[in-house]
Amino acid sequence: MNKRLIGSIALAIFLAACSSKPVKEEPPPAVVDKSPTTAAKPAEKKPAAPVTESATSAPMKDTSLAANPLKDPNNILSKRSIFFDFDSDEVKAEYRPLVEAHAKYLVQHPNAHVMLQGNADDRGSREYNLALGQRRAVAVKKVMNVLGVSDKQIETVSYGEEKPRCSEQTESCWSQNRRTDIIHAGE
Amino acid sequence: MPRYLFRLWFLLLSVFCGIAHAELTIDIVGGAAQQIPIAIVPFAQPGAQVDALSTVIGADLRRSGLFRLLETRGVANQPHDLEEVKYPEWAALQAQALVIGKVEPQAGGRFKVSFRLLDIPKQGSLAGLEYDIAPAQMRSTAHKIADVIYEKLIGERGVFSTRITYITKMAGRFVLQVADADGANAQTVLSSKEPIISPAWSPDGTRLAYVSFEKKKPVIYVQSLVSGQRYVLANFKGNNSAPAWSPDGKRLAIVLTHGANSQIYSINSDGTGLQQLSSSQAIDTEPVWTPDGKWIYFTSDRGGSPQIYRMPASGGDAQRVTFEGGYNVSPHLSPDGKLLTYVRREEGRFRVTLQELASGQVQILSESAQDESPSFAPNGRMILYATSVNGRGVLAAVSTDGRTRQRLSEAGGDVREPAWGPWVN
Repeated sequence: MNKRLIGSIALAIFLAACSSKPVKEEPPPAVVDKSPTTAAKPAEKKPAAPVTESATSAPMKDTSLAANPLKDPNNILSKRSIFFDFDSDEVKAEYRPLVEAHAKYLVQHPNAHVMLQGNADDRGSREYNLALGQRRAVAVKKVMNVLGVSDKQIETVSYGEEKPRCSEQTESCWSQNRRTDIIHAGE
Repeated sequence: MPRYLFRLWFLLLSVFCGIAHAELTIDIVGGAAQQIPIAIVPFAQPGAQVDALSTVIGADLRRSGLFRLLETRGVANQPHDLEEVKYPEWAALQAQALVIGKVEPQAGGRFKVSFRLLDIPKQGSLAGLEYDIAPAQMRSTAHKIADVIYEKLIGERGVFSTRITYITKMAGRFVLQVADADGANAQTVLSSKEPIISPAWSPDGTRLAYVSFEKKKPVIYVQSLVSGQRYVLANFKGNNSAPAWSPDGKRLAIVLTHGANSQIYSINSDGTGLQQLSSSQAIDTEPVWTPDGKWIYFTSDRGGSPQIYRMPASGGDAQRVTFEGGYNVSPHLSPDGKLLTYVRREEGRFRVTLQELASGQVQILSESAQDESPSFAPNGRMILYATSVNGRGVLAAVSTDGRTRQRLSEAGGDVREPAWGPWVN
């Protein structure tokens, strides 16, 4: 953060040192968003829990509260990513148990919702990769539909190649970016 | 980088300090088989330390690949007026054309810029114009003069006064910028924490449509470059992406998913009148209109791999256009509608490809491995695209004959998604 601040200041000083005006044939196109539906606001921050040195917290003894299968690292439901081959939207056999487990959970919890986020590696066209990410999300949705999950419980979105998990130009890195992430509501 | 290029870069940087934060440096390789040898005498400019005009004019002409700039410093007479020109001196340099000119201060802080383009073998004037300008218009005037020279000597309209748009990723932010065709004078039109992709120029050059992820999903906006105001063009369920303007500017082709596969629609530029154009079980995306408005070219993987197809602009049956290669994406048509450029993947390399539509003849134009987003200059002579150097995105351009290549790189930024703007006026 400090580095970024220093960089910004350095840039500001550098720019301030340059006093000549850029050539303009029209008024500066400042971005004024008048669209009523625009939501480019900063995400609201949840109030942080108060930190008091004198208090100590302890888990409840009631085990029914602790057993959230989505958070249990020993439960397959804690695994959330399905990975794909290049230019493919085929859900490979090795990911079937994972998708089936989430589908079963959704069938058992009709009020639960998931967001399926499709992604692609950064090779090739951004728009084609956006469409490919969408199809990877839809491919997982279709498997869930066949297993009885209602359309109402599933939303699909694609980030294309815009949200890479790994940014090196290697196959092991690309393979991490070709994926659909399952995000449960409230997460 | 050769030393003279570095000097040129430094000169541009120091002269145009106000826009230096986004200065693109230019690196040119190759040139046309028949280049016109041209001499440009530094313009007389009393009081100024550096002659900005002739530098910019020369850089413009050189970037086209169609001119060979001659060294003028060794010539005894440095003319600024027609009467001062000694033709044999320039004939001895093998110059075919000579550019002379001067800048004269006027009342009210304005300048009179005058220039002449001379035919050396014929010993006559080809063009001569005067401009009354404000100091801030020096650079745009240089582009106008370069356009006049280009048109007189090449016989077609130049693109030096046009603009380009692109997206720079810098310090974790995504910045949509508009710059002059030479990369100078870059101005930010949108800055966001979330990705921005696919900027598209309206045919009159006054608006940009683009895709922004600021709502945590792809949504299409249209923004005026004059007022800076914008509105949501399409925010339907699912993804909204790949905007492309119809030639009359009244409608846009867009891509929607409605929760399923990407399909092509058209919509009025005010966001009304949505109409579905394609309906396949495959990916249909990246629509572009032909200049006559009759067809839409697009990318589809309906045949098993992504290829370029075309369909009537009102929708209907599609015909496949590309047949070689297993991955052809991002179509863009030349202004005369005769050439198609796109990106082909071959042996793991993504390169800019040119296809003559009538003959089907195909030529690979670029030599790198990660080329994206090709778009034609308004005169169809050059193709602007994005490529990668040492893992960083830079802009590049190649002439449609494949002979001239240039790279425009911005210090510190990761540049992508370029689009060459139209002629304005």
